[in-house]
Amino acid sequence: MTTFVKSFVPSNRSEWSSRATFVAVAILFLFVFPAWLSDSRLDLMASYVTYAIVALGIAIAWGNGGMLVLGQGLFFGLGAYCVGMYLALVEVGGAPNLPQFMTLLGSQETLPALWEPFNNVWFALSAAVIVPVTLATILGTLIFRSRIRGPYFAILTQALAGAFAILLIGNITLINGTNGITTSFSEIFGLSLFEPADQRVLYTIVVIVLGIAFLLSRQMLKSRYGRLLLAVRDAEDRVRFLGYSATKIKVIAFATAAGLAGVGGALFVLVGPKIISPASVGIIPSITMVVWVAVGGRASLAGAIAGAILVNTAEFEISSAAPEYWLYFQGALFIGVVAFAPKGLAGAATWLKEKVTSRGSSSTTSTSKTAEEAA
Amino acid sequence: MEPILNQLFAGVSYGSILLLIALGLTFTFGQMGVINMAHGEFIMFGAYTTYVLQEVLGKDQITYAFLLSLPIALVVAGAMGLLLEMTLIKRLYGRPLDTLLVTWGVALVLQQLARDIFGANNVEVVSPTWLEGGITVFGIDMAYNRLFIIGLALAITAAAWVVVGKLKQGRRMRAVMQNRQLAGASGINTPSVDRRTFFLGSGLAGVAGVAITQLGSVGPNLGTNYIIDAFLVVIVGGLGHLRGAVIAALALGILNSLAEYWSSASLGKVIVFMAIVVFLQFRPQGIVASESRGLA
Repeated sequence: MTTFVKSFVPSNRSEWSSRATFVAVAILFLFVFPAWLSDSRLDLMASYVTYAIVALGIAIAWGNGGMLVLGQGLFFGLGAYCVGMYLALVEVGGAPNLPQFMTLLGSQETLPALWEPFNNVWFALSAAVIVPVTLATILGTLIFRSRIRGPYFAILTQALAGAFAILLIGNITLINGTNGITTSFSEIFGLSLFEPADQRVLYTIVVIVLGIAFLLSRQMLKSRYGRLLLAVRDAEDRVRFLGYSATKIKVIAFATAAGLAGVGGALFVLVGPKIISPASVGIIPSITMVVWVAVGGRASLAGAIAGAILVNTAEFEISSAAPEYWLYFQGALFIGVVAFAPKGLAGAATWLKEKVTSRGSSSTTSTSKTAEEAA
Repeated sequence: MEPILNQLFAGVSYGSILLLIALGLTFTFGQMGVINMAHGEFIMFGAYTTYVLQEVLGKDQITYAFLLSLPIALVVAGAMGLLLEMTLIKRLYGRPLDTLLVTWGVALVLQQLARDIFGANNVEVVSPTWLEGGITVFGIDMAYNRLFIIGLALAITAAAWVVVGKLKQGRRMRAVMQNRQLAGASGINTPSVDRRTFFLGSGLAGVAGVAITQLGSVGPNLGTNYIIDAFLVVIVGGLGHLRGAVIAALALGILNSLAEYWSSASLGKVIVFMAIVVFLQFRPQGIVASESRGLA
């Protein structure tokens, strides 16, 4: 525990500079954006911030653990549906009442048992994290124990996201199928999702959650565990021969990524378009999440955040200007970044930094920046 | 009993489509370790080849257009695969996860390309008259188009078995797959073998696309519907083994249709996925495992 506390105290110059960057970025998000962006754009930015939380998890599992998680939409969706169900119940005034879509469909007489507990905000919020983490732990244990890795693992997670989306689409009476869960007025902790003033508070909350998630993830990667995770990525068998349980190390990273995706999903329904539907959990959205991290520089946490926000901003700008070109752009981004610039934005930043401080200070390229993929 | 038998037939029919697709993947994924997510789009372009030939040859030449489209789709999809291999994949050997992401990007571009060329709406391919209707045997309704696909899958599997097992080209492919360095040292031109394998594997996707036109309309998203199931076939079957691919394709096809019959279409996919995860607990290397002293 003392080492944990000590690790918060900066030890060298590069640590001070990254801390200054953190404060600068925090000021940018907490004060500059709210002052500069319109209500609706800020609300949209809030949804990108929730994506950035998901991206953090992918950077941990994929960039640092070598596990290409192509099914994060599943965990994102679980988190989002948990909170979405709460919001849908609030909208109609609490538990015994049926959510709007059920009344419209006329499919249910009484509230289904699955919905009952989601009347409680604390249950909904904790389920949004616990359900993804539990599922990822069980699946991860089964998959990693039989030493399924690399592309096999990636394809399995992708199939999982696909199966989940199909499951949701098929369940019209219980969770409204393709249309998903949405509210036209609802609130959480007295904050209305549709009042600009309250939306600004929600934006601040979302940004703070991202900040906390970033700091915790950073501690996790800097710890002994983080170094083990890198070792598993680069030479799994050697780690195993040294007596560590590679399965356990990988399951922890996978479950962390799932938990972060759950948190992102839970916050996602509170901001932006305020809807969760199978369209944002399936195979395509899941792989899109990986692109954000690839653009940012797969192993870098800061890169993942930057990637999520920049790619989504670009998507918004391009698809509102010329929707037919977005897919070309996205495809080109995929090809260009992964094939020719695997270190992404983080690589570019490191390169710039080294250019600027080329002489004098000691080289401080951390091992986590190594974007060389060990498959 | 009859509904079950009918489901079995539907399963075999779906399994043979998966087999057609997975055969191509067995070459590219199994033999070369390349995860080609654009494989689904090669299927789609194979299907559009049939459509274009029909439009060009006219409505009274449906049969010729259909039969002609089998070899032409092979060449079209094969050429696309070759181009992909020579421009991008060549640089990414040894980085399978990156290949997956890059080829997904290619898939996105190809989908949008199809949307721009052929329109976002699905197009209809007319079936030859001899593929309409069907026969009923022991209470099983067997549509001719499905029987044709099963027959095509059998024929292509047999051809693939001959190529891989008997011909010089196949022997080189196996040699490169088993040990790239040693094969190269023995005088095999490995880059050339890679290109041929990729041409063949991608071309088979085109042929699968032609077969799929007989089951429904053709759209830009045609490939994505099949590609994940086909990858699962390769994983369950074992890398680069034809025998494994055949067994796995049939097993997954039948499991799919039975699971959907007993539960619902939406729950069926989840059941199949769970079955695969459980199966991999017992045989992580798939049905047919390569004997290897390596660790991976």
